[in-house]
Amino acid sequence: MADKLVVIGAGMASGRVLEHLFEDSPGAYDVTLFGAEPRGNYNRIMLSPVLSGEKTYDDIITHDADWYDSHDVTCRFGEPVTGIDRERKVVISHGRETPYDKLLIATGSEPFIIPVPGNDLPGVITYRDLDDTNAMIDAASKPGRKAVVIGGGLLGLEAAAGLRMRGMDVTVLHLIGHLMERQLDPAAGALLQSELERRGIHVRTAANTHEIIGNDQVQAVRLDDGTEYPADLVCMAVGIRPASTLAKDAELACGRGLQVDDRMMTSDPDILAVGECAEHRGLCYGLVAPLYEMAKVAAETLAGEDAVYTGSTTSTKLKVTGVDLFSAGDFAEAEDREEIVLRDAAHGIYKRLVLQDDKIIGAVMYGDVSDGPWFFEQLKNGIHVGDARDMLIFGPSFIQAIPLDPMAAAAALPGDVVHPCRSGLTIPTTLARAA
Amino acid sequence: MQAAPTTQTTCPYCGVGCGVLATSTPEGIEIAGDPDHPANFGRLCSKGSALGETIGLSGRLLSPRINGGDAGWAEATYLIADKFLNAIRDHGPDSVAFYVSGQLLTEDYYVANKLMKGFIGSANIDTNSRLCMASSVAGHKRAFGSDTVPGTYEDLEEADLIVLVGSNLAWCHPVLFQRIAAAKERRPNMQVVNIDPRRTATSDLADMHLSLTPGSDVALFNGLLTRIEQRGAIDAEYVLAHVAEFPEALATAKGDDPAKTGLDAADLAEFYDLWIRTEKVVTVYSQGVNQSTSGTDKVNAILNCYLATGRIGQPGMGPFSVTGQPNAMGGRETGGLANMLAAHLELTNPIHRNAVQGFWDAPEMPEKPGLNAVDMFDACADGHIKALWVMSTNPAVSMPAANHVRDAIAACPFVVVSDLFPDTDTAKLGDVLLPATAWGEKSGTVTNSDRTISRQRPFLPPPGQARPDWQIICDVARAMGWESAFNYQSPVEIFREHAALSGIAGGLGRDFDISGLADIDAADYENLQPTRWPVTVARRGGRFFGDGLFFTPDGRARMVPVTHQPLATATSPERPLRLNTGRVRDHWHTMTRTARAPRLSQHMAEPYVEIHPTDAEALEIAAADLVRIESDHGHVIARALVTDRTPKGSLFVPMHWTSLWASEGLVDTMVPAATDPVSGQPELKGAAVSAAPYRPAWYGFAASSVEPTIMDLPGIGYWAKAVTETGWRLELAGDVTPFCWETHARLLFGQSAETPVASFIDRSAGRVHIALRDGDRTVGALFISKTPVEVARAHVIAKLQDLAPMQLLAGRPGADQPDTGAIVCSCVGVGARTIVDAVAAQGLQTVEEIGAATGAGTNCGSCRPELRAFLIPQMSKVAAE
Repeated sequence: MADKLVVIGAGMASGRVLEHLFEDSPGAYDVTLFGAEPRGNYNRIMLSPVLSGEKTYDDIITHDADWYDSHDVTCRFGEPVTGIDRERKVVISHGRETPYDKLLIATGSEPFIIPVPGNDLPGVITYRDLDDTNAMIDAASKPGRKAVVIGGGLLGLEAAAGLRMRGMDVTVLHLIGHLMERQLDPAAGALLQSELERRGIHVRTAANTHEIIGNDQVQAVRLDDGTEYPADLVCMAVGIRPASTLAKDAELACGRGLQVDDRMMTSDPDILAVGECAEHRGLCYGLVAPLYEMAKVAAETLAGEDAVYTGSTTSTKLKVTGVDLFSAGDFAEAEDREEIVLRDAAHGIYKRLVLQDDKIIGAVMYGDVSDGPWFFEQLKNGIHVGDARDMLIFGPSFIQAIPLDPMAAAAALPGDVVHPCRSGLTIPTTLARAA
Repeated sequence: MQAAPTTQTTCPYCGVGCGVLATSTPEGIEIAGDPDHPANFGRLCSKGSALGETIGLSGRLLSPRINGGDAGWAEATYLIADKFLNAIRDHGPDSVAFYVSGQLLTEDYYVANKLMKGFIGSANIDTNSRLCMASSVAGHKRAFGSDTVPGTYEDLEEADLIVLVGSNLAWCHPVLFQRIAAAKERRPNMQVVNIDPRRTATSDLADMHLSLTPGSDVALFNGLLTRIEQRGAIDAEYVLAHVAEFPEALATAKGDDPAKTGLDAADLAEFYDLWIRTEKVVTVYSQGVNQSTSGTDKVNAILNCYLATGRIGQPGMGPFSVTGQPNAMGGRETGGLANMLAAHLELTNPIHRNAVQGFWDAPEMPEKPGLNAVDMFDACADGHIKALWVMSTNPAVSMPAANHVRDAIAACPFVVVSDLFPDTDTAKLGDVLLPATAWGEKSGTVTNSDRTISRQRPFLPPPGQARPDWQIICDVARAMGWESAFNYQSPVEIFREHAALSGIAGGLGRDFDISGLADIDAADYENLQPTRWPVTVARRGGRFFGDGLFFTPDGRARMVPVTHQPLATATSPERPLRLNTGRVRDHWHTMTRTARAPRLSQHMAEPYVEIHPTDAEALEIAAADLVRIESDHGHVIARALVTDRTPKGSLFVPMHWTSLWASEGLVDTMVPAATDPVSGQPELKGAAVSAAPYRPAWYGFAASSVEPTIMDLPGIGYWAKAVTETGWRLELAGDVTPFCWETHARLLFGQSAETPVASFIDRSAGRVHIALRDGDRTVGALFISKTPVEVARAHVIAKLQDLAPMQLLAGRPGADQPDTGAIVCSCVGVGARTIVDAVAAQGLQTVEEIGAATGAGTNCGSCRPELRAFLIPQMSKVAAE
């Protein structure tokens, strides 16, 4: 008889674990899948196109009822798990217990709600799941309504762009001096801001929310400086935190999130965790790429194989149609870091690479992101830049062994020792290889 | 269909004197070689081919200027007349001077000489030919009794051996080089020996290259004379009948030491024996011989060998001086040198003087030679010259000790400059500027190196108020009171008088006699076809001295005892290097015209210095570094071209760059004013210098569609600019890194803060690329680097308007855009990379195959020696050694 695997959380991380598991070790586990939402796994990162109307919910479903059936997964959707009894190896939900041999926690994250008066007024929502998305679509359906998005990060801007496309009058309030400060530097943030403004989205940076005003329905947002922004809808998108309450209650080791080792095991070897709820080597991730990498390792661990997750380098694309933006790695300024910046204000193009020890450690791109994946490849693989540095930011098509003229007078004569075209720059082939 | 109007004229550059056909088309003037001209038979070099690009009016001086302000001709003419007359009245006729040029037409030259020598009464007229072939003139006169070039261009094709001495013929007289190359191809047994300290493009044709110690030509040819005697190759019968002072010359030669050439004894013997056993040997010599303090002796050392063997005046043999200017020979014929009279007559000969005075009905004639070029400017500096008139030349650049000359001109109380442009280094010093007509606007005659007189014909109207030089000179002469003597209505009237005077000279036994043309009517003058002098009732053209008769009193040629002399300036620990100077393929003189043709600036777009790898290493100079070269007299900054073309201890810097095109490119500022004691020609190729890397804080390259304004930039240590097909190119270096490169770029390209900027900045690597774009037009792109800027220059320049700013900033083509590389073939615009790729991909074996594959070298052919460098045989050469 197969071991019992209980999975808490029916999101993208656990979905990917199950895919790997069923593929590599079919029949190894009887799986029971709990999901807080009353539906199966869908591609959460595609909610923004749903909000904007470019896609429907059906378009973004990743695992449908047939899939769960065909893999004999017992689905408990809309049934939140409320406790874990590690002694007895059961999880508790809706007053019943489900035993496990192995437990996978993939509870994801929850939106951060800023502690200001009025944050619980009707009309104040977060942007996390399909219900939030539908609430926003509802709010936008009446003409002439105003939305305030608190938070000019990835999620907030996607919400703002979607709401704007739905016809709302949208204002983004952002605490920091420039948008998407975790992914962008001020210059790219400014380019992004002007693009959003061109689309009719109002942006206010360095905006510290003081309170949300309203009686039985949100009416406005007031800042510290007294400025008020009327609002029929307030979307709070100031950040997420790992959803680790369940784990803490079960006395699993927790920091910012539920701590896991390189095999994705928690402090209890029968309990694994993946995704945004997990904390690995002190880091919590909020992007899909690392989550998939964790999922692969977790699946292998469950299959009894030796697998190691060493952390992820992340890259970001803003999913707002027509806004090309790419960010990867770390691009804060520091003593031992060097930067290469390419910009063309008239064409709205900005690229910045951050180098440390002759390697790319950060890349920001705005307006033209076509080389983003290539830079990300160089960054992840820790390729030395070397002589290619001069042409690096121009992308792989410029990094070739083209000799250049270092001088204007280049005529050669018969018998010259130095061939006129043999001087100049050559590029190491490791970097010349286009990803 | 009506044929396009085509004008038959003559090229205004070197002394080959090629026939040019200029055809007006809707697109502009189309230039082609004249297939019927005996100098070129349809060939043109890169410079000649690009003549159509040099005739635009931008920057032209179009009105007389007095002290910087526009003035009328009458005002300017009377001012000049007054100033000259006042100086003559107060200080005598020798207080005024003309410095004229081998650019002037014979008719211009004739009236200038007539005015100075016949009417002002001074011989203070000298020409820039003093810098070019005065030593040949003096050597000819010492040996032949006259300044006679004995042979013709056909001799170059009929010879079995051609010895090139001090001549980079491939670049300086490309069409002659091609004629020899074609002859050698027809007759592979023909041998070519190149004698030059440097290996040059000319070496490509040479079977033997002798890299002699600079200045040791006399020792080399004394050795040859000695060997001729040792081998019993003296033509005793000829010497006995036609040559004087043979024993003295031979004895002196025997006392000289060929080892001073620094050449291998075996190489010397091989060359000597080749020369001796080949009767049909032409020795072509040029500035490497002439521009020397022993230039005249070098010429005579060569002539001695010919006189001793009697190999002169016969087909396929003889000494052959090739001149650097289109009308250097015409200047000699009219008496444009301070020590000559007119029509090859002697100033110091009273019979000659009286004949000319009578012919001109001149009030007074000078009895002694005037000031030669170097002395003339010294006399300006020390206050003896009160009024100076410079015509069609740029002595502030081209004279030795050019800084001194510039100061001397500035110090002269009254300076007139006739030229095409108001901004030449010399014109900037003029009190009065006179707009002269240019090539294509002028009408008259020129004489080339083999005595062929050709017409320069106009095909463009004179622009603005520009006037021909002869008319300007005659107007001033008449304003000075010599109405009837200068009352010419057209060049043909002057030419007839010149021809008539030559008839008097001929009557006095001189070589230059074109009296057969003295009655030419206007229509025949208009249609005059290339005509080699002499032109008399008795003879027309041909070679001189075939009859063994020379223009000395006794009719016998003179051999001249000459001894090797060291260069005037010794090297020292402080100035350990020898500075050689010369021309590049695609520029001419001080670039007043060639710099206006974009395709001529592609080949060498900035001043450079050839330096031997050993010297470069010792001085820590890498390829493309900037080098500061310094003598006791001045300095230049030039780009290092590290190559063993130039021998160890010797640098080569081209002569062309002026302050208009480069910040520190005036090579003649470094050259001391040491002159040949006989010819007065300065030693332009023998300065002692030191060199050191100039290490700026940054290097820059820019391409722009607007003319860059370099002067506005602070902290610039070096710049050199050139025109391109898309605007301008600029090399830069600076000592201070600006706080904001964007601001710098705006200043450089004259843009306001509104012009959008695109930039690439790698601050820690010291790389900054900036492009300014005004709407759809790229204003300029600036590339800054801590090391010499590596950019695909040809690509950036060609695509300046085609590339998006991002691509432009890359400074090199992407994977899908091939780069042509540095342009090698100016005519067809073929770059080094294109050639390399074609050679590699198609396995090309010959220059012809390169031409078929890429088009390179298929027009003028001037680049063909360079094309050979791209073929693989470099390897086989190594293998053979």
